[in-house]
Amino acid sequence: MAPVDAAMIHDITGPLAVRVFREMGGERVYDPERIIMLFDHQVPADSIPAAENHVFMRRFADEQGIHNYDLLEGVCHQVVMEKGRAAPGEIIVGTDSHTCTYGAAGAFATGIGSTDMGFVLKFGALYFRVPESILVEVEGAFGRRVGAKDLILSLAGDIGADGATYMALEFTGRAMREMNMAGRMTCANMAIEMGAKAGIVQPDAATWDYVTARRDIEPFDLAGDPDAAYRERRHYDVTDLAPQVAVPHNVDNVVDVGDVAGTKVDQIFIGSCTNGRYEDLFEAAEVLGNADRFADGVRVIVIPASRTEYLKALRAGLIERFVEAGALVEAPCCGPCMGGAFGLLAPGEVSLSTSNRNFRGRQGSAQALVYLSSPATAAASALYGEITDPREV
Amino acid sequence: MRVWKFGDDIDTDAIIPGRFLTIYDPVELAKHAFEGTRDEFAKEAREGDIVVAGTNFGCGSSREHAPLALLGAGVKVVVAKSFARIFYRNAVNTGLLPLVCPEADAIRDRDTLTVDVAAGYIEVNGKHLAVEPVPGFLKEIVDAGGLVAYAKDLDEVETCSTG
Repeated sequence: MAPVDAAMIHDITGPLAVRVFREMGGERVYDPERIIMLFDHQVPADSIPAAENHVFMRRFADEQGIHNYDLLEGVCHQVVMEKGRAAPGEIIVGTDSHTCTYGAAGAFATGIGSTDMGFVLKFGALYFRVPESILVEVEGAFGRRVGAKDLILSLAGDIGADGATYMALEFTGRAMREMNMAGRMTCANMAIEMGAKAGIVQPDAATWDYVTARRDIEPFDLAGDPDAAYRERRHYDVTDLAPQVAVPHNVDNVVDVGDVAGTKVDQIFIGSCTNGRYEDLFEAAEVLGNADRFADGVRVIVIPASRTEYLKALRAGLIERFVEAGALVEAPCCGPCMGGAFGLLAPGEVSLSTSNRNFRGRQGSAQALVYLSSPATAAASALYGEITDPREV
Repeated sequence: MRVWKFGDDIDTDAIIPGRFLTIYDPVELAKHAFEGTRDEFAKEAREGDIVVAGTNFGCGSSREHAPLALLGAGVKVVVAKSFARIFYRNAVNTGLLPLVCPEADAIRDRDTLTVDVAAGYIEVNGKHLAVEPVPGFLKEIVDAGGLVAYAKDLDEVETCSTG
């Protein structure tokens, strides 16, 4: 068993973890300071059972002395990162598959189920198989309006939905070093879409700047050994990479945007733990430019990933621009990506989303179609009501 | 027992859609298993039925509601060419037996299948297909009937150094 440095639970999978903790005979959690609780999937409560879950979790937090961010701060993975709860070398688990996001901070972070979490709450440790690693070296410089999301979608297309099952993806190379933390989080976030257990970005000065601005911690060197044994080394160059789109119904079903340009869309979602940060909203607003309105007939839903990111976007005037152009701007939460709270699709409807999954039924009807893209491609598509190459706007 | 055959990359949103995640009772979850993608499953699945799939079964969300929905439908064994990592752990932890069978393509929908875990094979259409044993320490959890039962008698656990 390995000791766990931090454990994250939210409103959907948390209640089951607490019940399991009780069934295991748990009375006091191993260390309340290492447990991160928040609500993001069904907030504000979209049903009476969701409201009951929130009450149940609040009572548990009070009883155990756990700090509960409740529904005030935003999407779990963004909140864990921006509150400085993840740092290089730490082992972090969360009852959410996109927990691998904290690999952007150099942490070994992985998603687990509720029974695993019940065990962690009680014992502060968990059984793990040490994963093999795939080294992903990304060289070159991104072209205009192409970035981290296009890279990770192209990797998913190349490696496949199960090409990294049980392995860790280790990202390195010039393009990663020059990528900001928002982009690194986008890449680490989607490691799970290739089946990976973790997606770790080699920590550097930018990592430590981010972490030390949020937590009192002394930087140290953390890098893969020069003679480390990798299962595989993969090399990519992003210089000529085109904007990428994942088409229904698998995340590894990825094409250049030109191959699906002209596809009519009913709903566009800009947000989620993958692409709901200030940098993502800025990228979308830059494509929007001085245009008056998004296209008629397309619903544009914008959801900042956290209260902090919302405020940044608000103060920069981005939120005003989105609302002027006809977007619905919602309070920080998982939104349509949760496939239950709101923003659901009817049979036959088409959605373009900056989130991470286009599974059949993920955003409502199993007869709806979900495409995935970057914020720039989503904004360009919102202007024309059809999938559009952002480089041509 | 009757086989319910599925393809590759069956995700946990298909097994139990997101809008049912406020439900925790396995029998109630089972009423919505594969809703929208294979509606007859919830109506017709019977105690002891077996789900058989291709590669990457259970990919996507960490929701433990997925193995619980199958258990609630009476399914105790899932056979697949490969499993997604989180689903595999969740299955072991909740007492649903995940068996890796490289030759699962030979199994068809509505076949009758018997499992002999101790012997390491399943029998279908008069043929024996090898299944890989649950590895190492996980076998102890399977034998205990899941992680809750395994953990009940533990006061503390030994941890390794990760420095």
